[in-house]
Amino acid sequence: MFLTTIDKESCKGCYLCIPVCPKRLIKLGSEINKRGYHPAIITDTGECTGCRACFRMCPDLAIEIAKVV
Amino acid sequence: MAKVLMGGNEALAEAALRAGCRHFFGYPITPQSEIPEYLAKKMPQLDGVYLQAESEIAAINMVYGAAGAGVRVFTASSGPGISLMSEGISYIAGAELPCVIVNIMRGGPGLGNIAPSQADYNQATKGIGHGDFHLIVLAPNSVQEMADLTMLAFQLAEEYRNPAMILSDGLLGQMMEPVEFNENPPKEKDKPWATRGAKGRDPNIINRLLIEAEALQKHNLKLQEKYQLIKETQCRCESYLAEDADILLAAFGSCSRMAKSAVEMARSRGIKAGLVRPITLWPFPEKEVAEAAKGAKACLVTEMNEGQMLLDIRLALKGRIPIHFLGKSGGIIPTPGEILEEIERIEVNLRG
Amino acid sequence: MAEKIAARTEALTENPFHYCPGCAHGIIHRLVAETIEELGVREKTVGVASVGCSVFAYNYFNMDMQQAAHGRAPAVATGIKRVLPDNFVFTYQGDGDLAAIGTAEIVHAAARGENITVIFVNNTTYGMTGGQSAPTTILGQKTTTTPYGRDPHVNGYPMGVSEMLSTLGGVAHVSRVSIYSPAQVNRAKRAIKKAFEVQREKKGFSFVEVLASCPTNWRMTPQDALKWIEEKMLPIYPLGEFKTAAEEGK
Repeated sequence: MFLTTIDKESCKGCYLCIPVCPKRLIKLGSEINKRGYHPAIITDTGECTGCRACFRMCPDLAIEIAKVV
Repeated sequence: MAKVLMGGNEALAEAALRAGCRHFFGYPITPQSEIPEYLAKKMPQLDGVYLQAESEIAAINMVYGAAGAGVRVFTASSGPGISLMSEGISYIAGAELPCVIVNIMRGGPGLGNIAPSQADYNQATKGIGHGDFHLIVLAPNSVQEMADLTMLAFQLAEEYRNPAMILSDGLLGQMMEPVEFNENPPKEKDKPWATRGAKGRDPNIINRLLIEAEALQKHNLKLQEKYQLIKETQCRCESYLAEDADILLAAFGSCSRMAKSAVEMARSRGIKAGLVRPITLWPFPEKEVAEAAKGAKACLVTEMNEGQMLLDIRLALKGRIPIHFLGKSGGIIPTPGEILEEIERIEVNLRG
Repeated sequence: MAEKIAARTEALTENPFHYCPGCAHGIIHRLVAETIEELGVREKTVGVASVGCSVFAYNYFNMDMQQAAHGRAPAVATGIKRVLPDNFVFTYQGDGDLAAIGTAEIVHAAARGENITVIFVNNTTYGMTGGQSAPTTILGQKTTTTPYGRDPHVNGYPMGVSEMLSTLGGVAHVSRVSIYSPAQVNRAKRAIKKAFEVQREKKGFSFVEVLASCPTNWRMTPQDALKWIEEKMLPIYPLGEFKTAAEEGK
């Protein structure tokens, strides 16, 4: 099981992570962060396979993935 | 240590090696090429680095990198090459990196010629690159001083973390004179700020980009404080028979030797002439020049250019006495005889 | 108990990047920094930042850094490497910096076989100064200084830097990669690692050109910009290894 988080303040809303998630777990967020971006949000990390595609595409190190044992 | 007969360029290069410098990045240009040639032979024997860059622009940036990595490093060129190094020198001064830059001056402007000249005085002391900064500028007038002032340049560069320039010319570079090397050269200061790998410490950054105006202003004020300290403590000047001189000559570098001969010839004709010779061109020895001119009724500046140190002499004397100028350019050297004629002409109208 | 399998590498500082949303610099910084951490050389590395959007790289790479004048990073790196032959030295340069004003420096550092690694980010434009044309701007591409599209009769042809450098004797490794998909990002990382390994084994000059996107100046969304790399840049700048150390038999 994997716990994937997107740091709300680091994300600049470039959404490069959204199309690469094989499980379509990442969506546009509606909130606005301090810098005025709409950060992406991850919905149900239960489905996450830990493939790290999102992490690879993120230009701002906003995504972290942990393997929950 | 016994004196040895050596060319000015070779003596300068040898002095750098004896000062512990093991890194040189340069480019061929007359009349200084003996410096890289000498070092191309010697550096490998001393496990040092001699590298001929693809241009003076590359050379000065290699010096920036090496100086930032915390070693004694120098480069040498002539006017056209120094012009190409201008941006790099401004970076080095801004990043407060110690290094030595040698200019063996030649005729200018443009390609000019390869004969000796002093026409890069303003470039060295006032306009070497963009931004408010200064090089420490030392002007030798003999092969002995080519050696001594080079060692001093490494010392001052490190002491103040500032680039230092040896401003010499093709005459001094090419001629041979006996020279004796200082037995105990200046010891190298340690450089905790250098980029040698952040092991067990925070990273060091060699940089001078400060995007916030306040930060850049603060940095500029820090540099200005440093320059003020250098001005107060590092002015070097020499005077000869100036105490009772009616006519004071002012000259630097090789031209000061012709001026000295003219002073002696004038004295033998009963004319009280004297000489003041700035050795540091920046910081310019204003007090010492004013002191030397205390008793004089007129000043004669002679240079191998169209009048550059002339302006600093004017500033130093504050219009107290008339200042005359005898300049030659294009690589022509004022002869003692020509200078003497000028002294006699001034002396005639002094008597009125 | 949770064990992180993807997080910020220790070879990057905590400073958030100033880059525009979707800018490829952020990805490439991560790849370079992760490589340095994985090779265990962070404390022996001196990086050289160039002038362009990545001029602030010294705020991001958590190691000794020097900031070089525009185009001169290979010369600065040469000066450092000659002083510290056992340290790792890399430059991080954009296309304006490396392929325009810095052409002489990169060609001669390569020809001398300087044992340094150069990361060359090719996004066909001068980003920091607002999207002017670069030597790598492709034909027909509109920029603020080729408003009618790059015309070879006026502004010449795009430069294949990797191809050009691969002809030089001192070069041990040249490859061109990109970051427009997770798979490409993986390949880019492998190429960067290989380049640093070439430096570790002192086999000579190593060079990785990374085709990158500049959403802001291309006036595209970050996603469309990645597509543009694939559709428009790849035909001009084919990916692959142009020279490998093994081939040299060094």
